[in-house]
This record gives sequence, structure tokens and C-alpha cells, in this order.
Amino acid sequence: MNEAATVLKSYKGPKIRIMEVCGTHTHEIFKLGIRQLLSDDIELISGPGCPVCVTSADYIDEACWLAREKECVITTFGDLVKVPGIKSSMIKERGQGAQINVVYSPQDAVLFAEKNPDREVVFLSVGFETTTPSDVIAVKYAKEKGIKNFSILTANKTMPRAYEVLADSTDCYLYPGHVHAITGTADCKAMLAKGTSGVIAGFTGPELLTALAVAVKKCQEGEPFLVNCYPRVVREEGAPAAMRLVNEFMEPCDALWRGIGVIPMSGMKLRDEFSEFDARVKFAIPDMKEEYKTPCRCGEVLQGKIKPFECPMFGKACIPDHPVGACMVSDEGACSAYYLYGGLIDNGR
Amino acid sequence: MEDKITLSHGSGGHKTSELIAGIFKKNLDNEYFTADDAAVMPAPEGKIAMSTDGFIVSPWKFPGGNIGKLSVCGTVNDIACMGARPLYLTCSYVIEEGFAVSDLEEIAKAMGETARKAGVKIVAGDTKVAGKGQVDGLFITTAGVGVIENEVNLSGAFAKPGDSIIVTGDVGRHGCAILLARDEYGIEADVTSDCAPLADPALAVVSKIPETHVIRDATRGGVGTVLYEICDASDVGIEIVSDDIPVDPAVRGVTGLLGLEPLYLACEGRLVIIVPSEFEDKAIEILSAYEETAGAKIIGRVTDDHKGKVVMKTSIGGMTFLPPPGKELLPRIC
Repeated sequence: MNEAATVLKSYKGPKIRIMEVCGTHTHEIFKLGIRQLLSDDIELISGPGCPVCVTSADYIDEACWLAREKECVITTFGDLVKVPGIKSSMIKERGQGAQINVVYSPQDAVLFAEKNPDREVVFLSVGFETTTPSDVIAVKYAKEKGIKNFSILTANKTMPRAYEVLADSTDCYLYPGHVHAITGTADCKAMLAKGTSGVIAGFTGPELLTALAVAVKKCQEGEPFLVNCYPRVVREEGAPAAMRLVNEFMEPCDALWRGIGVIPMSGMKLRDEFSEFDARVKFAIPDMKEEYKTPCRCGEVLQGKIKPFECPMFGKACIPDHPVGACMVSDEGACSAYYLYGGLIDNGR
Repeated sequence: MEDKITLSHGSGGHKTSELIAGIFKKNLDNEYFTADDAAVMPAPEGKIAMSTDGFIVSPWKFPGGNIGKLSVCGTVNDIACMGARPLYLTCSYVIEEGFAVSDLEEIAKAMGETARKAGVKIVAGDTKVAGKGQVDGLFITTAGVGVIENEVNLSGAFAKPGDSIIVTGDVGRHGCAILLARDEYGIEADVTSDCAPLADPALAVVSKIPETHVIRDATRGGVGTVLYEICDASDVGIEIVSDDIPVDPAVRGVTGLLGLEPLYLACEGRLVIIVPSEFEDKAIEILSAYEETAGAKIIGRVTDDHKGKVVMKTSIGGMTFLPPPGKELLPRIC
């Protein structure tokens, strides 16, 4: 680890831009104070890997509509509750009597539905490859048990197409270890074939330092590279059982990423044969799409084009207690991490 | 006596008298305990310190204590933090109709035991019974008086750059124990609340180190919130060292799973003590002699830099801010 720290501190040369794709990486990098251990010639960019941050505003409005108009019990991970939609937010709906239950697992949501057969229970299914299998397990449970009052509102996303869209913003990806624990290394290899470098990283201090140091060393060699720095968890083949399960219940679809726009085939939705569990189909949710006008520059933050503190709203109108953009909502959001942990040295470095 | 509390137990009539005699006097008795309108005691010499605190913890019983023990520790510790020896407490109960009398007895027993351990006398009380659903089980409010024996002057506003910061044991255990006792997350772990009266160790420190600047009880909001309050009140910065903060491995495991920061979980038996650095070893030596504070450690120091902020040296040598308090972690922990 000391060797890694030396590599990172002493690097001098052309600027190296490394994009951490995963929100947990962003959070841990701040929490561990890693940015101050880096040479000025290494720049970390916080990418779009926080599921809350890339969840579109109209998705939030869909959830609010279900709570308000259909009196569904909305079950969700806690972070989503504060995300502003265009018309409303779940915290506002809750204040007006809607039932919004925070759960720690989709399984808790389906069990709640089983115990309360007189209520329609909807789980907000957001997240990347890491969380999607557990969402599917909840649907599978409902199917097997014949639970009719449970459905999910999908906004699940997958990383590979996002890697392609953002490849020009970075010299090297710090690939999210837990996504590739599920999907294996094939997607990273495909990026390598297109000339995009990356290291697959774990989440502890030593793992992050090591992965960053490997990235810097390899960048200096000049050839595109891929190194799995998280081999204790990420295997080449990933977790085939989890992938099979997801593919049995879901299929790819276009997905709207907040701040970035639609990325074709970067989302997952339930297959037609499971549409009884698809809240959009079950409740015939009307089209919520509306142009989202805001001075918030979350989109550019998510694409690594600006740093959070370059947004005019940052730390003023937009703070964790009153988030304007989604990046300020979740602990894993880039803006929230900069707000909570930044400012020690050089304006949030 | 019946086995459930009824509205007539709070009516002031013979049922109330029966409750006082059968439960409260039996467990809390001392020479000043009274059923009269007010208790009469000799006045101590010098300055007194006075404090009050309400307790609504849910569930009322948890590994390491119950609401009765907590209600004594809370007020005793608040008084001790001003360098005062707690002398007398009063307690006021609001009990939900239907509460089990045997549970009330268990609570009163814990109060009596804790009061004797803390050297404080419960001298007067009040009992009200609220209708079913109007309170959740039982709420207790205690108030207390203590005497300042040695000339000390403690305040959260007195921290000075260079001072050493001591925490008297591992952090976050009470909050974690309550969280697990609620069984909402399906996590099983062996975590006991740190709930304990701390007047003896606190007063030993101030009597042997009159130069002590700050003693604070890290209850709601935990050690992290106390550190931020001291930063503000004293207009200083604080630097702590992540590896030096004592955290029970089970607490670290649970908080890791749930994404919580142990420094922000409540303690009910932990003090933050700030002394000039030349007294840090002596303070640790004094605290080590008491069971409740045997795990005392120096976790950092007060600085002139980054005023109003708590900065933490991380396990890999980086520096980061401890995120400021504010998030509601868990309601009804005390």
C-alpha cells in the first residue's frame, strides 16, 4: 500500500484523468481522503454510477402518481425519498398522506405485500447490475407465492453502453467492482478492444490505492490496458446464476439517464410474460415526460465535464437538506460527497 | 395489586398510594423519599447544578438496560458533566393504560439500583396514567440537583488549541443496541448498551485535574455531534485519528452493513473530556481505574486550523472531514 501511495503522490507527467464510475467509489474516495494523496497531475472524475443520481425526474413523478392516484404503498431504498421530481417528490407526497415505506431489501417489500393483501405494494426498482438480481428475486418470490398485490416500477440500468458514451471523458475507468462481480470482465474487455483502458477496483483503502496506482503506472506505459485489481471478488465469468436469473425475467430497453439523456439499450425492464408485476403496465401510468428545466448542472457533473463546485447552485440553493439536483441527494452522489467532504484542500479536491 | 396499570392508578386516590408503596417506595426508598407534596432535604454548601431530561426510548427494555436505568444515568451524567456531584433526583412517569405492573416494577428496580450505584437519592415523583394509545408504553422525566464540590469551570466553550480529546470508551453502542432491539433489519449481533452512571470517574478527573476544560456526555447524536458542538462553541477546529477511535467490532459490523457512522450513534455511558495535553496521561490513568471508563482513549486534539470543522485522519493517511451532523439516524433512542 505504501508503494501505491508513493506512485500516486510522486507522479509527474501528462495529466491522467481517471473516472470512478461507481457512487460507492466516489463516497469512499472522499471518506478516506484519497484525493489529497494524489499528485496534481492525476484528476479523478466522478461518473454516473450512483443509481439515485441518474434516476430521471419523470420516474419520481411516476412513483408519486402511483402513491397519490392509485394509493399504492411505495416501498423504496431511503435515498430516493428526497429526490425531486418535476411535479412532486416522495417526501412531499408522504407529507400529504401517501404511504412511502423505506426498505433495506426488495424482499422486505414483497413480504410486506404478502402480509398486507388489501394494499397494492410497488417497489421502486432502481440500480445497476449489482442490485437488479435482488429485485428479480422479489418478483420471482411473488410469482411463486401467487402474490397479486406486488409490482415493481423499473428504472434498472446497465453500465456497458454508458461506458461507451462517456469513454472520451476519461483516460482510464475505475470500473465498479460490484457490478463486475455480477457481469464478469467481458464488458471491460470489449471496451479494451475499442481502446479504452480500465482497472476493476475494490472498495477498501488499500484496494482503491492499489487500483489507482496500477492505473497510473499502466497509463505511463502508453498502451490500452485492463487490470482486475479486485480478483478476490470479481471473476472473469462473473456470477452466471445471477445473470441467468435476471435474463429470465428481464430484457434490455432504452433508458433515460438524468442529466445525460436516453442511452439506447442501457436499461432493463420486465419481460412481457411478467407484466403483471410491472407497475407501468398494471396501473397504466400516463406519460409523465416533460422537459426538465433547471439551472442545475448535474448532467455535466455526471459526465465529468465540470466539478460539482463549478455549478452555480452548489452549496447555495442546492445542499443535502434541500437538494435541487439528484447528485446532491444520495450520499453516493458526486455533489453530496463534495459538499460533505470537500473543501479541505483546494476547493474540494 | 392488579397486573395492569389502569387509569385509576393515576387518579391520586388509594390506587395511586398502592402503586407508590408497592413499587416506588419499595425500590427507591431513602431517608428523603416522600409521598408528601415536596421532599425536604438539607441544602448543600456552595454552587449547585441542576438538570432535567425526558426519556421515551423504544423499546423500553434493551440489552444492557431499560428506560429506568437510562433515566437515572441521563440526568446523573448531565450534572456530572458540570463537575457537580449528583445528590437528588425527582422522577415523573407518564404510563399508558394497560402497561404491565411487573414491567413497571422491573423499571423501578433498575432505577433504584442505578441510583444507589451513582450515589444519588430519588426523593420525589409523580405518576400519571394516559389512555390507551395516548403514549407508547411509558415515558419518564427525571430532574436532578448536584453540588459543585471543587472549584471547577467546565463548558463546551472552553476548548483550546493544543488540548487533547479523550473519549471514555468505545462509541455508538447504545444506539446500535437500540437499533438491533427493534429488529427491523433482520441483523443479529451481540451488542450491549453502554448505559452507565459516570459521576465517579468524571468527578475524579475534575478533582485531580482542575485544569480540565470540557466534559460532555455524548448521548443523542453521539460523539461526532458533541465534537461539532465544541468546535462551534469554542471557535476551534478538531482533528481526530480514525484508527484511534474505539469501536466494538460488532458495532462496526452492523454500522458497516447499514451505512451508518458509529461516531453519530448515541452513547449513554460515554464522556468526551478535553484537557490540556500535558494532563492527557494523567486523565487516562484516572479513568482507567473505573470499570465504566476503563476503555478511555485519546482520539485527537483541538486545533487552530479549519475552525468549526472536525477533520479526521483516515486509516490510509488521508485527511477528510467528518460529515457534519444533521441526519436523523434513529428516532426515540433515549
